[in-house]
Amino acid sequence: MTTKMKEVDAVIVGLGWTGGILAKELAEAGLKVVALERGTMRSTDKDYAVPIVRDELRFVVRHDLMQNTARDTLTIRNNPSQEALPMRRLGSFLPGEVVGGSGVHWSGHTWRWTDMEFRVRTLYEERYGKNFIPTDMTIQDWGITYAELEPYYDKFEYTAAVSGKAGNIRGQIQPGGNPFEAPREREYPLPALTPILASEMFTAAANNNGYHPFPRPAANASRAYTNPDGSKFGGCQYCGYCQRFGCEANAKGSPHITVIPIAMRNPNFELRTHAWVTKVLKDSDGKRVTGVTYTNVLNGEEFEQPAGMVLLCAYAINNVHLMLLSGIGQPYDPVAQTGVIGKSYCYQTGAGATLFFEGRHFNPFMNAGGSNTTIDDFNINWDFDRGPHGFVGGYNIGAGFNTALPIGYRPVPSGTPQWGKAWKAATAKWYQTAMNINASGSVMANRYNYYDLDPTYRNAFGQPLMRMTFDYKANEHKMGQHAAQVINDIAKSMNPTRLNQATARTQPWTVVPYQSTHNTGGTIMGTNPRDSALNKYLQSWDCHNLFAVGANVFAHNASYNPTGPVGALAYWTADAIKNRYVKNPGPLVPA
Amino acid sequence: MRDQNFGRRDFLKGAVAGSVAAANLPQSAQAQQAPAAPATPGYSFLNLDEAAFVEALVDHMVPADELSPKGTELGINIYIDRALAGGWGKGERLYMQGPWKLGVPSQGYQLPLTPAQLYRAGIEATNTHCRKAYGKPFDRLDEQQREEVLAGLSTGKVSFDSGLPVRVFWTTVYQTVMEGMFSDPIYGGNRNKAGWRLIGFPGAIAVHRENVEKFRDKKFPADPISIADMS
Repeated sequence: MTTKMKEVDAVIVGLGWTGGILAKELAEAGLKVVALERGTMRSTDKDYAVPIVRDELRFVVRHDLMQNTARDTLTIRNNPSQEALPMRRLGSFLPGEVVGGSGVHWSGHTWRWTDMEFRVRTLYEERYGKNFIPTDMTIQDWGITYAELEPYYDKFEYTAAVSGKAGNIRGQIQPGGNPFEAPREREYPLPALTPILASEMFTAAANNNGYHPFPRPAANASRAYTNPDGSKFGGCQYCGYCQRFGCEANAKGSPHITVIPIAMRNPNFELRTHAWVTKVLKDSDGKRVTGVTYTNVLNGEEFEQPAGMVLLCAYAINNVHLMLLSGIGQPYDPVAQTGVIGKSYCYQTGAGATLFFEGRHFNPFMNAGGSNTTIDDFNINWDFDRGPHGFVGGYNIGAGFNTALPIGYRPVPSGTPQWGKAWKAATAKWYQTAMNINASGSVMANRYNYYDLDPTYRNAFGQPLMRMTFDYKANEHKMGQHAAQVINDIAKSMNPTRLNQATARTQPWTVVPYQSTHNTGGTIMGTNPRDSALNKYLQSWDCHNLFAVGANVFAHNASYNPTGPVGALAYWTADAIKNRYVKNPGPLVPA
Repeated sequence: MRDQNFGRRDFLKGAVAGSVAAANLPQSAQAQQAPAAPATPGYSFLNLDEAAFVEALVDHMVPADELSPKGTELGINIYIDRALAGGWGKGERLYMQGPWKLGVPSQGYQLPLTPAQLYRAGIEATNTHCRKAYGKPFDRLDEQQREEVLAGLSTGKVSFDSGLPVRVFWTTVYQTVMEGMFSDPIYGGNRNKAGWRLIGFPGAIAVHRENVEKFRDKKFPADPISIADMS
């Protein structure tokens, strides 16, 4: 027995950053909006307050704010010849599951992805020729430009209280900023965070090596701030508990203190928590969607929510899962290379070194989520010639600390015993005298990295689990080797007492340990319905009143953290819906 | 000092059998000095054999020296007992639907066991190995023998006749010992914040806004603060 609810103009599935932005913007435009969130309501006052939030075991190790894999997870494998098995507990990536989503527990790193991503195939083919791109590397242009997104990046940065130093304002290179960044209209809303010793030492070493270090832009308010919507932020306390924690100081840009409360005050908006969406419903000819079905997880009761528009705003993986479960669009087939839903799943790669300096005091427990200095010389610097190195993409290198808490972070030089007196002595000696230099690298789309529905395993609702097939390819191995070399050269130039050198990831991708919650693709945006699921407004090519918003739309993964373009694209889509779609519902781009 | 391995388990077993070993109940010197923090306030999951194993394990991995008290005095055994008895030990958040296959290492944990069941089976298998190799269970081994066993578990040189994957058991054991040493004391381990004191971690302290500049490249005088201290 399914209870049919009253029809609304738009139903939003998942209330994190993208759902929050769309909820606020569309409710303000006069649309009746309902958001369905599987998680619970949590607030800074009650849930992220000191001292309870300062609990590494609860929030980092036991995943208090994350998706519960007992109820729903994925199956995983490295290639199509393997049998996929369930990810029985979280590890490599950590989707959030509360009101605010992963926007509560992120670190705040906020980047502007540039045309180096959005025009990736065109740029590489122009410079290196078609043959430079491996046959199985299914990269393609995204159908959008940096210039189109610039105002929306700006809007997101000012909403989320991003602290940083501009490197390029309207074409003028700014000292202290990232000289490789694309031009921005104006400075960041807040000055860069206070540097810590590790980032200062890396800055000096990077300069000595001829690179161009700059403070990492992060949605950690470097001082008290009121954003253009009137949302109030406290100044970051450098408490050392950022990634995976809610912020007790309201200094982290999170939807639960910005767009969501504004939407909640609007009578056009209604939030239903504990509401697990199981399917998007299509009309009889399959050209439109008519709403969603969902289950109240508190009692198992089933509902249908009819809606004029459906906006998928769950975690990237779950947006793709819902598309596959609902039979919207043609599922991707890597053998025939047909279909688009599930195509181009990407992740990120990396390499890291640990440097030990006797006599220094890094105080790894004092930092913001973005206490980090970065170089982009091997990332969005198009002067870096990839030709001799034979890879597509790039990596950024950074040094600093972010949430270096002692269950998870206890650096010791290679070869140290794992227990006993010698282990204790090394742990005591090096905990405060070590720093890291890490690279985060892009992953290009590949024909054999994709999602589909698992044939065997099911979730708590009896639905097939999502199946993820992923591994790093030769392109990523080559990039990782280049990154490890650069890191080790910088590290050696700093004369550490001991050095655990960086090595490239060349082993198969593994579901443990944690790597990054930067899963992208599956319902990618593009220029035409043959090779993409969505148009440039994140509108389904198949059903024009369905939009899917999140990193699931990325046609490949850059080295940068994804939230900058995720937030910007949410504002971009909100504008397209408010200003164009509502007035004249239909495809915003001709197929 | 008498054999530290003749402990509460032997006493309790004797008591059940009607023996009068109570008069000989050994107590460590440290326990006498700190009666307010007994090494074993009681177990809610571990049985006597398992408790003896875990106590011996954590005292071997975290021996007493000038840097910290030993594992049982840090309460790591209590942390492990509580973790296994609680939601995590019972498999909360663990996807527990079959079919069950071992898969490849990159697919992560694939056993049809909750962490508590894994621990129980692993202790039994380790003791079986110890009896075969040394004629007695792990907690009765001398220090050198314990070292050999842990080296065998951590490198996979030991294999279990029961079919339980050693690697998975050891990974879980190691992780829980570290959790018991470095998590907030509300969970039963890290007693007196001795794990945090070992490394100079200040704990749940609220603000470093001023400290971030003031203590740049300077030692931060950490008297650690726990959740209970601030509650």
